[in-house]
Amino acid sequence: MESLTNAIQAVPLNHYIILSALIFSIGVMGVLLRRNAIVIFMSVELMLNSVNLLLTAFSVYRGDAAGQVFVFFIMALAAAEVAVGLAIIVMIYRNTNSIDINVLNRLKW
Amino acid sequence: MPNLKAGQKYIENINMITFYFIAFLSIFFSILVISAKNPVHSILYLILTFFTFTIHYILLNAQFLAIVNFIVYMGAILVLFLYTLMLINLNKESEPVKPFMVKMAAVFGGGILAVALVASLKITGTSDPVVLKDPGLGLVKNLGKVLFNEFLLPFEVSSVLLLSAMVGAVLLATKDTKETKAIN
Amino acid sequence: MDKLIWLIPVLPLAGFVINGLGRNTLSKGIIGAIGSLLVLVAFGLSIATFFQIKSTGAPINITLFDWISVGDFKIQFSFLVDQLSSIMLLIITGVGFLIHLYSIGYMHDDKGFGKFFTYLNLFVFFMLLLVMGSNYVIMFIGWEGVGLCSYLLIGFWYTNPSYADAAKKAFIMNRIGDLGFLLGIFLLVNTFNSVAYADIFPKAPAAVAAGAPIVLITLLLFVGAIGKSAQLPLFTWLPDAMAGPTPVSALIHAATMVTAGIYMIARSNILFTLAPDTMHVIAIVGLATAFFAALIALTQTDIKKVLAYSTVSQLGYMFLGLGVGAYTGAFFHVLTHAFFKALLFLGAGSVIHAMSGEQDMRKMGGLKGKIKITFITMLVGTIAIAGIPPFSGFFSKDEILAAAFAHSTTFYVVGVITAGLTSFYMFRMMYLTFWGKFRGTHEQEHHLHESPANMTIPLIVLAILSAVGGIIGVPAVMGGHHELAAFLAPVFEPSFKILGEHELSHSTEWMLMGISVGIALIAMGYAYTKYVSKAGVPVSDEEERPTLANLSYHKFYVDELYDLIIRKPLDALSTFFYKVVEQLGIDGFVNGLGKGTLETSKGLRLLQTGNVGFYIFMMVLGIIGILVYNFLRL
Repeated sequence: MESLTNAIQAVPLNHYIILSALIFSIGVMGVLLRRNAIVIFMSVELMLNSVNLLLTAFSVYRGDAAGQVFVFFIMALAAAEVAVGLAIIVMIYRNTNSIDINVLNRLKW
Repeated sequence: MPNLKAGQKYIENINMITFYFIAFLSIFFSILVISAKNPVHSILYLILTFFTFTIHYILLNAQFLAIVNFIVYMGAILVLFLYTLMLINLNKESEPVKPFMVKMAAVFGGGILAVALVASLKITGTSDPVVLKDPGLGLVKNLGKVLFNEFLLPFEVSSVLLLSAMVGAVLLATKDTKETKAIN
Repeated sequence: MDKLIWLIPVLPLAGFVINGLGRNTLSKGIIGAIGSLLVLVAFGLSIATFFQIKSTGAPINITLFDWISVGDFKIQFSFLVDQLSSIMLLIITGVGFLIHLYSIGYMHDDKGFGKFFTYLNLFVFFMLLLVMGSNYVIMFIGWEGVGLCSYLLIGFWYTNPSYADAAKKAFIMNRIGDLGFLLGIFLLVNTFNSVAYADIFPKAPAAVAAGAPIVLITLLLFVGAIGKSAQLPLFTWLPDAMAGPTPVSALIHAATMVTAGIYMIARSNILFTLAPDTMHVIAIVGLATAFFAALIALTQTDIKKVLAYSTVSQLGYMFLGLGVGAYTGAFFHVLTHAFFKALLFLGAGSVIHAMSGEQDMRKMGGLKGKIKITFITMLVGTIAIAGIPPFSGFFSKDEILAAAFAHSTTFYVVGVITAGLTSFYMFRMMYLTFWGKFRGTHEQEHHLHESPANMTIPLIVLAILSAVGGIIGVPAVMGGHHELAAFLAPVFEPSFKILGEHELSHSTEWMLMGISVGIALIAMGYAYTKYVSKAGVPVSDEEERPTLANLSYHKFYVDELYDLIIRKPLDALSTFFYKVVEQLGIDGFVNGLGKGTLETSKGLRLLQTGNVGFYIFMMVLGIIGILVYNFLRL
């Protein structure tokens, strides 16, 4: 483990950022493309994780552990969010028999 | 010594190759997540994506995060997704297809976002390599010290958050007995 | 005794509370008894206070509580009873009691009997507060309170719109004066950092020497006095105030409230003495008012209007006295005027009562045999106001005139002419009312009767006081001591030190007295020939009058003039502001904003499709926009 971790020095920070940006954008595209609420929810998770990865990369780059602690908090938050979100989706399905977000368009003028 | 140096160089190269390979896998699986027709497949691809993320964490020597990611995300959250799918019994391809123009607009929007993000990075960013100054940075011991000193209060508060989320989820998902009675 | 003087104002206040709460439930006898007796007890306390001050010579000062305390600026709720205010207390409670007694008979058949006594007691309370306060703020409370009571009582029969208008007029005109008074108090606070008399008066000479704006302060205070005491140019409310019941006219608009201005100036005499310019203004305003009001009174046909203008005129005299530095004389006139003018008003009320509510003198006449007590007492009052010795009015008026002569001959000449006019219109009123033939209807004639005892007793008491009240101020030239001057000396001493004494020689004083008495007698004789020998009666409203008489009868069109130069432009301006600035400008702007928002949102809300995907797409576009803007700007 030691040797493996010590050695990784050459990957530029930019590449981490680009990777995160790409995965984030893919998440956004997923949200825009799909109509299934659960898949949209998964895309959101994807975006969250890309941010997590970026935070970790910055944490290592700056030599500051606070970044990784933050990631830990984000994970706790994501767990809570998923619990509530999925509960809401279940409720929606129970009421409308569908999880198509286009059905939920009554919040308008 | 030169032998060692050469060895290091070799390992370095190995690591770089690993990073780019895993990065490629991450992008590939995440594209599959959003493009799979069957939601169950989506979830499975998402598990794979998160697995690549775990590898990224290990490469960054963030061992604690790697473990947590593995257990919490892949073990708990995604299983929760699967359970939900199972509950609402939507494992078949039932999603209506969006019009082509909307799809184009979505891809275009996401692509533009990526371009904007990368372009802004190009304008601001430097390209220093990520150097691990302190090998113990991401270890449980070190993170624990930080977590229980500086971030003790947020840590405790997050427990309340989780509790409230649990209560909320239970409350939301419980059937309203009164209402059903009234309907019946 | 010192500790009990707070009872003097509290007793009428208690009467106000009891009568106010029980005005519909208590019987008329109880209400009248409570209202009168409490004032009588206050009168008893006032007498005791008066004699204590007379014997010790030391003012009584009690502090009830700290009322306002801001930093080092304190206003205490405290009472000061010195020589000046003890006499005012006697007038207010004494005359007040007699008028309460009179009202029991006069108002007996009115259904607002309880309300009337409630207001009357409240008035006495505020008037006592006004004179007993030991600083300008307490005085101002009383000042406003009596204004309120005056308003309530003028509009007592508020179902008649013109009476209600008269009440509003009195209130608004008083407000103009009160504003001046209030500004004066603020300036005093600014200059002396205190409102207490005990702080201000000793410091005044030094402060004036150091350049305090004393002329401005005194002028502003005088504006307050103008409003309250009905002087030019704010006098028109007082004649209209006769809309109230006659006892109100006697108590508020003759004996007490309208003299508050004189009391205030006499109280602050040191300030005014230090501002000779203001003194001059006061003298001129007072003299002009006296003369002007006397001219109007010459041709009035309403018995109460004659008395009202007479009151304005007499108040003018008092201001003339103040203006020429004769504080004692002016205050002496307040005292005697309270007696004889209250008497005349109550007598007029008795006449009106006998005539079943008729107030027009053209419909009276020949009453002297029918209502003897009223006739005799009113005759005493008339002689007193006309300034014929040895009745009280002679002494006080003569003192003022003598001081005016010492100051300026012109003042004296106008003053004496006014005295002649006073004598003429008062005797004209008497002749028209009591001599000649009865000119009213048969029904009225049949109904003629003398008033009951509780109305005539106050008349008799006041008549006695009017007749002999002058003995407390007999001048040295007639072998008297002028006890009033000696008694009041401590109050006015600082002023007299500055003003100095102008001693007139005895022969001059005798001559002045001779002239004024002579003119009064001549005027009386002329009135006799005109209205008794020739039996002249003022023409009815439809007939032509000579130009001057017409002007006088219509009060020199002062009301119409005010209407033209103040009310109409103000009305036009308000209409302009209402129609253009308010409706078009402000309303237009506000409504325009509302309408604009409504119209815009009607279009914009179509963007709210309810489609979540659309929202997210827009959000992403927004994020892209922010990123592009932020990074391309660099």
